[in-house]
Amino acid sequence: MADNPNPNLEEIEAAPTDTTPVKKKGIKRRIFLAGAALLVGGGVFGLYWADNAAKSRARALTTGEGEHNFLTWMKIAEDDTVTVFSPHIDFGQGTHTALGQMLADELDADWAKVKVEQAPSDVAFSNTALVEKFLGEMTGYPGLIAALPAAVMGALTRSQKIQITGGSSAVRFTGQGGMRVVGAAVRLALIEEAADRLGVPASELTTADSKVIHAASGRSLRYGELAAGAAERSLRSDPVLKSRKDYRLIGKPVTRRDIPAKVDGSAVYGIDFTLPDMRVATIAAAPVRGGKLISVDEAPALAVPGVEKVVKLDDAVIVVAKGYWQASKGLAALSPKFSDGGHGAMSTPAIYAAQDRLRETGKPDNTAGEGDVAAAFKAAGGKVISADYRVPFLHHAMMEPFALTAHFKSGKLEMWGGLQDPIGARDRAAKAVGMDMEDVIFHPMIMGGGFGRRFPGVAEIIDQAAQLARQVPYPVKLVWSREEDLRHGTYRPQSSARLAATLDDKGRIAAWQSDYVQGDNAEGEVGFIYDVPATSRRHFAYTTNQIDGPWRSVNSTQHGFYNESFIDELAHAAGEDPYRFRRKHLPDGSRHQKVLDEVARRSGWGTPLPAGVGRGIAIVESFGTIVAEVIEATVKDDGTPKVLKAFAVVDCGTTVNPLNAEAQIAGGIIMGLSATIGEAITLDQGAVVESNFTDYPILRLADAPPLIDVHFIESDAPMGGIGEPGVPPASAALANALFMATGKRIRTLPLRQQAKA
Amino acid sequence: MAISFTVNGKDVSVAAEPDTPLLWVLREELALTGTKFGCGIAACGACSVHVDGQLTRSCSVPVSEIAGRAVTTIEGLKAEDGTLHAVQQAWIAAQVPQCGYCQSGQIMAAVALIERTGVPSEAQIDEAMTNICRCGTYPRIRKAILAATGRAARAAAASAQGEA
Repeated sequence: MADNPNPNLEEIEAAPTDTTPVKKKGIKRRIFLAGAALLVGGGVFGLYWADNAAKSRARALTTGEGEHNFLTWMKIAEDDTVTVFSPHIDFGQGTHTALGQMLADELDADWAKVKVEQAPSDVAFSNTALVEKFLGEMTGYPGLIAALPAAVMGALTRSQKIQITGGSSAVRFTGQGGMRVVGAAVRLALIEEAADRLGVPASELTTADSKVIHAASGRSLRYGELAAGAAERSLRSDPVLKSRKDYRLIGKPVTRRDIPAKVDGSAVYGIDFTLPDMRVATIAAAPVRGGKLISVDEAPALAVPGVEKVVKLDDAVIVVAKGYWQASKGLAALSPKFSDGGHGAMSTPAIYAAQDRLRETGKPDNTAGEGDVAAAFKAAGGKVISADYRVPFLHHAMMEPFALTAHFKSGKLEMWGGLQDPIGARDRAAKAVGMDMEDVIFHPMIMGGGFGRRFPGVAEIIDQAAQLARQVPYPVKLVWSREEDLRHGTYRPQSSARLAATLDDKGRIAAWQSDYVQGDNAEGEVGFIYDVPATSRRHFAYTTNQIDGPWRSVNSTQHGFYNESFIDELAHAAGEDPYRFRRKHLPDGSRHQKVLDEVARRSGWGTPLPAGVGRGIAIVESFGTIVAEVIEATVKDDGTPKVLKAFAVVDCGTTVNPLNAEAQIAGGIIMGLSATIGEAITLDQGAVVESNFTDYPILRLADAPPLIDVHFIESDAPMGGIGEPGVPPASAALANALFMATGKRIRTLPLRQQAKA
Repeated sequence: MAISFTVNGKDVSVAAEPDTPLLWVLREELALTGTKFGCGIAACGACSVHVDGQLTRSCSVPVSEIAGRAVTTIEGLKAEDGTLHAVQQAWIAAQVPQCGYCQSGQIMAAVALIERTGVPSEAQIDEAMTNICRCGTYPRIRKAILAATGRAARAAAASAQGEA
């Protein structure tokens, strides 16, 4: 690798290293690409030390009269306004505000004069910091990736056409490795400029509230006055960042900038976008994924008033009309014939049966772990405890159905909508219609949820809208119905696992084995936190006709349920308290143990509960963050569970915006509970059975815990993610609570009616 | 055939097919896009508006049934001078929205609940607030409703004292 100054992704992935400890062995390319669909789908945080071409491009795109751009990522106007460009999309996770806080803190800017805007979907705004860290995390070669020269990383990032939002990565990577460094470097340039102007040594100057201050003479200069000169200076690539005690904005509860427009109806989402002369279209794709359109008689749709055109794609039919209602009436009038792509026998029971067969008679595709589990099981004789778990396909069900506006005119394709990687969207659109990516313009818009569904790699609406636009002379907005959304998701995979373990004579776990069946290998993404001498994790690869999609927290959802349910079973088998049993398998003084202790303390673990109420605990580390949750629950007369209270303790290193982080964790718990209680996508004859919120029930307010107690432990650990890690412990914490309430162990989700004893 | 009604206090007349749901008339004819499309079958509440003061899921009401009636949308909640409704203010104070897509409907449902009950009980909140939020903002929605009604209660008490 050292011989090649321009490594490509495969080489990086494959490169061995003897200088860096490799923690995550056996990573495979498909995990790298799919488990984190993130990376290649993804986007770029611009290299902060951008090359000149990228810099001038960024300036042209973002900087007007009286404004001065720094490092592509921010500009200062002469009225002191600082504008930060976020390469990440904000779909409610509060990233824009947090990134602005991080840059403004290092810059010592007056927060009232800081704006955060969406960076253009241009390769000039690529995210080196994110790609570098992400490559490290996903390949298991962090040292190697970090050692790559910045210029190589920049070229690599841009060449991959990446501008993602995902992997709970924005704040911990872009913020830490990008925004803070930019803010600190620009602050130094402003000080140098002020030192020259005031004729004093830089060491006598301080900064605060967007001013450089010379306390000795009582003079000061505003950032707006200094910006023009500072922008001409060369910037340091290694400025010293503030230590925690000096933070003015990081760690403070800052209100989010996007909220006012979301309470008065003025926020414009992708589905709200409109253009003069625009038409609206809606679509029906083959009910069986993998099927093709065989034939359709267009006449019934064309007879509907307002319908203008029927467009046939390889696997779908689209109706174009004046408005959505006419388009949907036109579509309903059609009787298209589709093939089933040979998947007509695919069904939910058939998938579970095939997964069981594969696990029992097939060979694993990947094996990981430590020690000799087989020997430990043999030594234990017949005393191996085992249990089988099953989880269904889960749908993202983002509240804003997919909508994308496209206009093909004069050789250019222009698109407007919300996707988790604007540059990746351009790339996919260009490929779908055989155009050059340079001729595709994408305007990122606010998204009504995403949760992983809006990565271009899994967003076929990009192909559909691009192909549609090539066939009509006017701009057209393609809107999916909720039924289309439910039935053509890219789901969290249906998967199953057999967990097995033995206990030694002191009641400790001697060996632990997890045999799991799903499309992708989860190794490298899902860790095992307990101190057990022999562990084995075997992945059996099984794919269906569905496209596995990254669903909020990805593989940690099902593996959090498997591991944290099974360790609960082991605790009961050992006759021990589930909290104490977990605790003794975590290293003394570890972050995990502290998080677990704190959630036990805050939830009153061990205190008496009313009859019929149970308390369950679970702890999962994902995306660099440790979360422990305690749920109190009971079972209603109709057999459905009722969650009474929820507690979460979180160690994500440093919390940038506690007000927002609390909402992310609480929302994650509710999404996890919703999936656990009610959500399942099922297949019959290859097609999805569910159609809308009536048969894909999302948890409602009345069934959510009225109050969720979220507590953060600040630690010196590297910053972890916050958008996803709240989800994974929720399933097991609830199932464990219901076991305490009813004595019935739940091993198949969703639990719906099973909860009754 | 033109259908006439009022939206946010203004007279409107639209030339839509009579079976067109009110939602699409608001969004596509009247450019009031604060009211959202979520499911099309009145299951999620994203399209909630008030019709003659009644909470209504506009995706499932044909515009022909709206003739002569008064519609209020999220855009019409604030006062003429631009002051936000107490519920909207409570929503900002509690930092409720995440993605925000469902929040117009949530706010319209909360306003209707408060207008109907004054200070709703927890049970009334559970019963009335059936709109789906995929981001899971429910605890803050509950908090905002309680805060908004606290303010309303105090304001009513103050005004009663002033009259006395």
